[in-house]
Parts: sequence; C-alpha cells; structure tokens
Amino acid sequence: MKQFLLCLALFVWLDSAQAHKPSDSYLSIAVHGQQIAGQWDIALRDLDFAIGLDGNGDGELTWDEIRTRHAAIAAYALQRLQVASGQGVCPLQVTEQLIDDHTDGAYNVLRFHGLCPGAAPSSLSIGYTLFADLDPQHKGLLKLSSDGHTQTAIFDPDSPRQTLSLTAPSRLAQFGAYVKHGIWHIWIGYDHILFLLSLLLPAVLLPAARERQQGLKAAFFDVLKVVTAFTLAHSITLTLASLSVVSLPSRWVESAIAASVVLAALNNLLPLFRGRRPVAAFVFGLIHGFGFASVLLDLGLPQSSLVASLFGFNVGVEIGQLAIVAVFLPLAWLLRKTWFYRQLMTVGSLLIAMIAAIWLLERVADMKLISS
Amino acid sequence: MPVPSTVRTKASAMRISVFIFCICLAGSVQATPYTPKDGSAVIEHLPRRADATQVELRALRAQLSSNPKDMALATSLAQRYIGLARSETDPRYLGYAQAALAPWWRQTAPPAPVRLLRATILQSTHQFDAALQDLDAVIAQEPANGQAWLTRATVLTVQGNYSKATADCARLSAFTAQLVTVTCIANVAGVTGRAAKSEQLLDLTLRRSTGAAPEMESWALTLLAEMATRRGETALAETRYRQALAQHPRDSYLLGAYSDFLLDQQRPLEVIKLLKDQQRIDALLLRYALALQAVPGQTAALATAIDELTARFNAAMQRGDTVHQREQARFTLLLQHDARGAVQLAQKNWAIQKEVPDMRILLEAALAARDYPAAAPVLEWIKVNNVEDVALQALVKKLGVQDGQKFGAAAKRGAL
Repeated sequence: MKQFLLCLALFVWLDSAQAHKPSDSYLSIAVHGQQIAGQWDIALRDLDFAIGLDGNGDGELTWDEIRTRHAAIAAYALQRLQVASGQGVCPLQVTEQLIDDHTDGAYNVLRFHGLCPGAAPSSLSIGYTLFADLDPQHKGLLKLSSDGHTQTAIFDPDSPRQTLSLTAPSRLAQFGAYVKHGIWHIWIGYDHILFLLSLLLPAVLLPAARERQQGLKAAFFDVLKVVTAFTLAHSITLTLASLSVVSLPSRWVESAIAASVVLAALNNLLPLFRGRRPVAAFVFGLIHGFGFASVLLDLGLPQSSLVASLFGFNVGVEIGQLAIVAVFLPLAWLLRKTWFYRQLMTVGSLLIAMIAAIWLLERVADMKLISS
Repeated sequence: MPVPSTVRTKASAMRISVFIFCICLAGSVQATPYTPKDGSAVIEHLPRRADATQVELRALRAQLSSNPKDMALATSLAQRYIGLARSETDPRYLGYAQAALAPWWRQTAPPAPVRLLRATILQSTHQFDAALQDLDAVIAQEPANGQAWLTRATVLTVQGNYSKATADCARLSAFTAQLVTVTCIANVAGVTGRAAKSEQLLDLTLRRSTGAAPEMESWALTLLAEMATRRGETALAETRYRQALAQHPRDSYLLGAYSDFLLDQQRPLEVIKLLKDQQRIDALLLRYALALQAVPGQTAALATAIDELTARFNAAMQRGDTVHQREQARFTLLLQHDARGAVQLAQKNWAIQKEVPDMRILLEAALAARDYPAAAPVLEWIKVNNVEDVALQALVKKLGVQDGQKFGAAAKRGAL
C-alpha cells in the first residue's frame, strides 16, 4: 500500500512543478583543418555519482578533491567519446581542466585537442556514451563549428553515434532566403505600406509652374527623396536592433508605428510636415526599423552569416518597397488631375488615419490590459 | 478594467528599466571557465556519503550490479529512486530509476511490474501515449492492479479524456480505500460540470478517512483547496491550503498552487516569503519572480530571477525538453511580455496536456496577443466540457467582448 501511494503522489507533482534539471553535458568541438579543439562541460555531481570525487564523503566537494581525480575524470570521459573522420579515428588528449557554473551547479570543464589522420575531414563521426549505463536520460549537447559555420546535435542512448557533415550551406542560398523574408514582410506589413503611400500621395501634386517646367521628373525626385530617407532610417535601426545594440519593447514600437501612419495620413488633410516629408520619413523610418528588426529576431539570425542575412533581409525590404513605388508612381501620375485622386487624397487619407488609429488603440490598449 | 494612467506609466517605466538591466546582465553574466585559487574552496555540494538514504541506495546498487537481472531488486531500486525524484523534485533520479530497469527497458512487452514503472517514468517526460500503451498492457494482464488503474486515470485526466478517466477511477473502488477513488473522480468531475457535488463528497470522505496515508491526504486536501478556488470561495480555499501546508510544507505542487492563489489575490509579499528558499525548482522560481514583479522596489532581484529563468528554459530547450512549456509560456507572457511567443508555447503545450492551468495560459496569451483564433479551441473545450473556474470564466468573457470588437475593426478594414 505504501508503494502504491508513493507512485500516486508522484503524479500530483509531475503534472506541474519541474525539478532542478535532468543531466546534460555541453560539448563544443571546433575543427580547423586536421586539428580538433574541444571543450566538454560535465556536471561534477554526475562525475561524483559515476566515479566518486568527494574524497572524505562530507558532501562538500573541494577543488583539491577534484584536482586529485583529474586523471580519472579525463580517462573516464574520453573512453566515452570517439571522434573519427573518413580516414580514421582522431585521437583526443585532454589539455587542461577547469571549473564552470551552469544552471544546475558546478561543472568540470575538460579542454582537449585532437588530430585527424590524413587530410582535413569533410565529415566527423562522433560516438557518445557518457553515463549511458548510469542515467539513460542524460544527454550530450554538441556544438560543432568549422569554417565559421556552427551546427548542433543531441546525443542520448537512442542516438549514440552521429555523422555530421562539415560543409557549410552556401552563403548565397542563405542570403537569398533572407531577401525573400524581407520582401514577404513588406508585402504583409500593411502598416509599413500605408505609411509609405500616405507620404507619397502628395508627391505628384506639384504647383502648376513647377509641373510645367519639370513634370514627372520633379515628382520622381520627390518620391526618391522620401523613399531614400525612409530606407536610410529604417536600415540604421534595423541593423542596430538586430545586433542587439539597441532594444525597445515591441508594444511601444508597434504603437509608435501605428501613430506614424496616423500622422502621415493626416498630413495630407492638414499639412503638418509641409515641405519636410523626407525628414518625417526619416524620423518615423527609425521606428519602423525596430518593427522590421522584431521580425528578423523572430526568424533568428544565424551567427555564422549574420551580416549576409541582415543585409539580405534589408535588400528584400527595399525590393518590396521599390515594387510598391514602381506601381504607385506611374498610376498616381496618370490619375493626379482626376476627381478620383482628389478623393484618394482626402477620403483615402482619412480612412488610412482611421484604420491606423484603431491599430494604435488596439496596441496601446493591449498595454493597459497587461499592466492591470 | 482601466488603470489610472499614472500607475500605468510608472509600471511601464519600471518595465523598461528592468528590460535594459536584463540586456546588460545578459551581456556580462556570460560565464567563463576558471581555475579556483584556493584548494580548499568548496566547488559543489553533494549528498553526504554517510547519509542513511545514500548508504541504502548504494548497497542496493551494488547488489544489483552483481545481479542486474534480479527483477525484484531492480524494481525496488527503481521505486526508491522514483520516490526520491518526487521528494527532492529532482529529475536526475528518474534517470537512475530507468538505469535500474535497463535489461527490460527496450523490450516490447516487459513483465508487468517493470512495465508499470516504465509507464510512470515515461509520463514524467510527457510521453503520455507511450505510457498509456504500457498501462493498457498491464491492466490487460493484471486487471486487479490498482496502481495501474490509478496511473492510467491520472494520465487520461491530464490529456482531457474525461469519460475514460472517470471509468478508470470507478474501477479503483474494488482495490483501494474510498478516499483514493473519490479523489480520483473529483479530479475529473471538478472540470466537467460536477464540481460542487464532487467537492462535497470529497470533503466528507476526507473527514471520515482518519488515518489515511499522508500523501493521499495531502492530494485530497490540495484538490479541495483548488476546487474552492475555482468556485471563487477564497476564504474556504485559504483555510484548506493552509491546512495542507501545515502537513506538507515541502510539497512543491502544493506550494505552486497556493502561490498562484496568492498571486491572484494580489498578495505577492506572502509568495515571496513562502518561496524564498524554493528557487531550485523552476516552477516555484517562476512564481517567485511573478511576485517580485508585483512589488515595487524589487528591480534588481527581479532581473536576477528573470535571468536565471531564461538560462534554465534555454537549457531545457537545448536538450529538446518540452516538459516545461506551460511554465515557459507563462514566463514568456508575464515576465518577458512577449505575447506572440507565449501563444506559440501555450499552443504546443495545449496539444499535449489539457488541465485548467493549460487552458488559462493559452487564453491569457491569446488575449494579450489579440490572436483570437488561437483561443478558439480552448473556448470550445470549456463550453463542451462545462469547465467551471472563475478565472477562466473571466477570460472567456473578455475574449467574447474582444472578439466582437475585432469583427468591427475587420469590417472597417475591409471597407478600404
């Protein structure tokens, strides 16, 4: 009966509270040509359970007690890790042992190096059986880097041996993928499109004298100035935010973006910016950049090709933007003197302002909801 | 409920300063391996070798290693480790329990005693379907195995398979004390529209069951407190929580449930006091951090707690664990203020488990993210199963209002 209840009580606990942590080791391997450099963090508690570290058994594991067991630790661990290339086994040797802290306690840090036979390997086969007999829930978390490219793998008793290719995915393919993400985000980002269109609407409406002189050219340069200012600004903040140099709460950013759309649209009804629309595009562009960055952060930036991905995303955003402008400018130019275009300037802008105001309310109200 | 704007500004300002502080911390805390300067420096605390439990377990392990196929020995050692995992809230012991069962672990049909323990370990890592397969087999083989019926009932309840769970609970009455059966049934009835009656019955049964095992009593009492909470009977819930805590001050599930109750009652100071020494357990550290957030002047302590939780959830994700998704969703929503991320986590969690806190976090996240379609499955679930819970009902009401507004806004957008 006692046994019975023990199990029963277990359920009550398991449904919710999570304990300290299951056992993991953290293994990093870097490959440079034939050379292998590695670091392996193993919990002292697990090592003690396996081979005994606490010399006097008092429960307080001192640095001296660990140090005297360094040879035993190195031997025990390296027997349970095999690294091989296509040409054969890469023998490993421990170079130093240190201490580090992880979320569940102190770890023994083994630094090691190895040399693969023959040429620089194109793939590594790794066998991992640490603690497989003592704690089958133990996992080895591997981070393998070569040529600036990092990949991860998880070892456990179900997958104790894995072969990892060392050829990095092509930079070009990665760049291309982020260009696509950028275009897609502009395409589904109504707030960015409405902001830009609101600022561009007046571009084709020139004073009569100027239109006679320069015509489409003047309108084109006006559009160019606004778009360039917007691009420049959001590229700056997108870069800063993606690299975590600057960071703002997303709710503030989203609300400010909605506000910028309201202002840009209202400007067409009662001129707020007058001739300084490029300046407005720049100032608000800074905020929109933070919005783009949150998308990029959600996607995750691969550390190995950070700059290429960031640049690719930016290029994508520009392509999307230019596509919108390319459709807008000729249409607007043709329609500029019609009744329809005047309606677009007034009723259209008002509608945009109203929609953006609803967004603004929604986004701000959200904050209220969270704080209450 | 609108909040005075000054309060809101202050809260936001605090949040941004916390946010900036976190960024700084994340940059600086990056630990680097070191060589201790002093040979007598204590690097880690371990169980003492002379500790009675350790002596006993070591002896059992030694016996087993000389005869690893002794099933009676293996199951009793596994049982001891599972018990230790429970009392210490430490999942490493579950791995040791699994190791003891190694000769049978990969068999398709191990002997019933091993299979029952395998199910217990499997469900602890939320492999509910695999656990159920084992339990079905054990029950088919040993229809009088009360533990198997109870374990299966509990797994089915977590999965939201209420009718099958109730049927399993009913089967228990033939093999065990009435209190076990009634608690098992109340656990289901509480969320399927029969809360008041089953609460009365459970209360009565508990009063009559003098001399019940302490674990059983604690389970029944905690459930009674939760049932009172769900009906909005806060005074009664308070009394029951305190009574349960007096008997089991270290029960981490109970501590978590009571902390949630206190947080809902806007009593964060009591949570801080209650959980000050419980921070090794992630779920309790989460409640501690939530309490810190609700108290002014705790910016530094809060930042430390958030930092620690971030590291722990990252460590869990790195190993591919999904056991913490309920807690992680709460963390993401309430401490990281990332509503969209919280919705995703809460949805993944909902696909696996369907208890009241799982419903609540998904509704809260969906509401915060204004992602109303995400809330729909839970709203439907609550309606179909008649789930009674005052906190859930409040969320359902809010979502109903928001849903109407959303359609209004969509109509306007469509007008463009």
